Amino acid sequence: MDQKELKELAVTAAKARLLAVEAVHRCASGHPGGSLSALDVLTVLYFHTMNIDPTNPTDPDRDRFVMSKGHCTPALYPTLALRGYFPVEDLKLFRSIDGHMSGHPDMVHVKGVDMSTGSLGQGISAAVGMAIAGKMDEKAYRVYAVLGDGEIEEGQVWEAAMAAAKYKLDNLCAVVDVNGLQIDGRTADVMPSEPLDAKFAAFNWNVIHVDGHDYAALAAAFEVAKTVKGKPTVILAKTIKGKGVSFMEDNAGWHGKAPNDEQMAQAREELEAKIKELEAM
Amino acid sequence: MAEKIATREVFGKTIAALSEEYPELIVLDADLAGATKSAEFQKVCPERFIDAGIAEANMVGISAGLAACGKKPYCCSFAMFTAGRAYEQVRNSVAYPRLNVKVIGSHGGLSVGEDGATHQCIEDLSLMRTIPGMMVLNPCDGPEMRAAVKALVEYDGPAYMRLGRSAVESVTGYEEGAYAFELGKGVTLRDGSDVTIIATGMMVQMALKAAEMLEEKGISVRVLDIHTIKPLDEDLVLKAAKETGAIVTTEEHNIIGGLGSAVSEVLSENYPVPMVRHGVQDEFGRSGSAAKVLEAYGLTSEKIAECAEKVLEKKNVLKG
Repeated sequence: MDQKELKELAVTAAKARLLAVEAVHRCASGHPGGSLSALDVLTVLYFHTMNIDPTNPTDPDRDRFVMSKGHCTPALYPTLALRGYFPVEDLKLFRSIDGHMSGHPDMVHVKGVDMSTGSLGQGISAAVGMAIAGKMDEKAYRVYAVLGDGEIEEGQVWEAAMAAAKYKLDNLCAVVDVNGLQIDGRTADVMPSEPLDAKFAAFNWNVIHVDGHDYAALAAAFEVAKTVKGKPTVILAKTIKGKGVSFMEDNAGWHGKAPNDEQMAQAREELEAKIKELEAM
Repeated sequence: MAEKIATREVFGKTIAALSEEYPELIVLDADLAGATKSAEFQKVCPERFIDAGIAEANMVGISAGLAACGKKPYCCSFAMFTAGRAYEQVRNSVAYPRLNVKVIGSHGGLSVGEDGATHQCIEDLSLMRTIPGMMVLNPCDGPEMRAAVKALVEYDGPAYMRLGRSAVESVTGYEEGAYAFELGKGVTLRDGSDVTIIATGMMVQMALKAAEMLEEKGISVRVLDIHTIKPLDEDLVLKAAKETGAIVTTEEHNIIGGLGSAVSEVLSENYPVPMVRHGVQDEFGRSGSAAKVLEAYGLTSEKIAECAEKVLEKKNVLKG
């Protein structure tokens, strides 16, 4: 990946972060913390890795994306908007009765959403189904799913993990957004899930560790995953919850809370400065 | 004596027979393929059969993903585990995104017998019926099941269908051309003018026997077979209410939430007439042979006939 593309990805992610926080602020609800932690992963997928065409969102040969941690619509919707699936203006209707930009991903009404999710643990099963369908039809598309490190406490995730290994779904790549926090506090305190690498390896997955905010490393990890045959890959992306907004970083309190006007102003100032700084590079 | 066969047997054979005609058809099971008879499909089409293991939630989720890619998945297990254990997956991963997944609940009701209460699902019709947009089927005999499976494979949308464990007599006359099977349309199996028994699943057979008993006492009984609980054939139910003035519903299910509730909702809003709900009286089942368990819980022709006489008394009181 060259410097130019790296810069573009960084600018896009910073713009998406601003749109994410604005969307949550506007409707005074939603989940900024985990959205900000996952946004670099989504940016790399939608702007570098995935084979997709926003003008043909139902192409049967497209790569699929499942936001298994469905509450992170503030990451998904701005990414889809910036990628061209729908106007950025539509984000103004996030969580509003006047539109269909629902709080959790809605594949029926929101263009570009491949699976309706929101109830944790369910998206990864659907991703397994999509990958099985791809194998059955001998299609080349790949399926990506982003899970939270809190979400993996759901038993269904491990049911899905077993099935993905059974069917040798090397066309499936899951990403766990390891930000270490969930609603009630640190995952290590609420329900310790480490060692995640050993767990997934024991479930016969290929495991890759990566810095979830390093675009080049993420892109490289997705490429490596494509070369692994006979088993699914999980990318354990180490992230910072609330990344990009100083007062939200690594703070469980920002899991599902909207900023007030003053906090919004500060977040905007920080993110706009970041965008300016990146664009000047 | 008419043919006796379990509806699950017919389901398995029919879905297997459809495998060639419908290349998008995929059948999933959760380690109960021999019992639900989905193994019949596995035998003829192993490449489109998925054994998800003892993990019903994931099986339903995989089905949703398959449907999102244009497949026609049928996910099978006991009613207790598809409608019960995986209820929320059916609601959120299948019904909410309106995906074309057919959820199959075998071994519905008390006639599971010996396995006892943990496996006797008497809430499935209620649970599935309450999900927006979910079609709910409960065919009563082999021929009707065959027709239902064929109709369902052509239906694009989320649906739940109950299968029975025990062999049941063929009574609908469907294969002799007695009626054209249509999703959402009830069937008048017997005409009558004093009282209507509205039945679903294996209670249809008992309802017909009850009607014969009552006939001997000079009571004219109409019997409706409701193979589709949702959407309910409201016209047929209201016509029966208007023409006979008294209704008994009977189901191998809790009297709360299933057929009895569906019928009473329609009647109370449109044309209230005296009504009695026959079924499991809001209690758990227990172990025993299917016949003994059904008898212990009053799921017999005799009890249905008693309910009909009870509702006739109410009707006569109203008449004055």
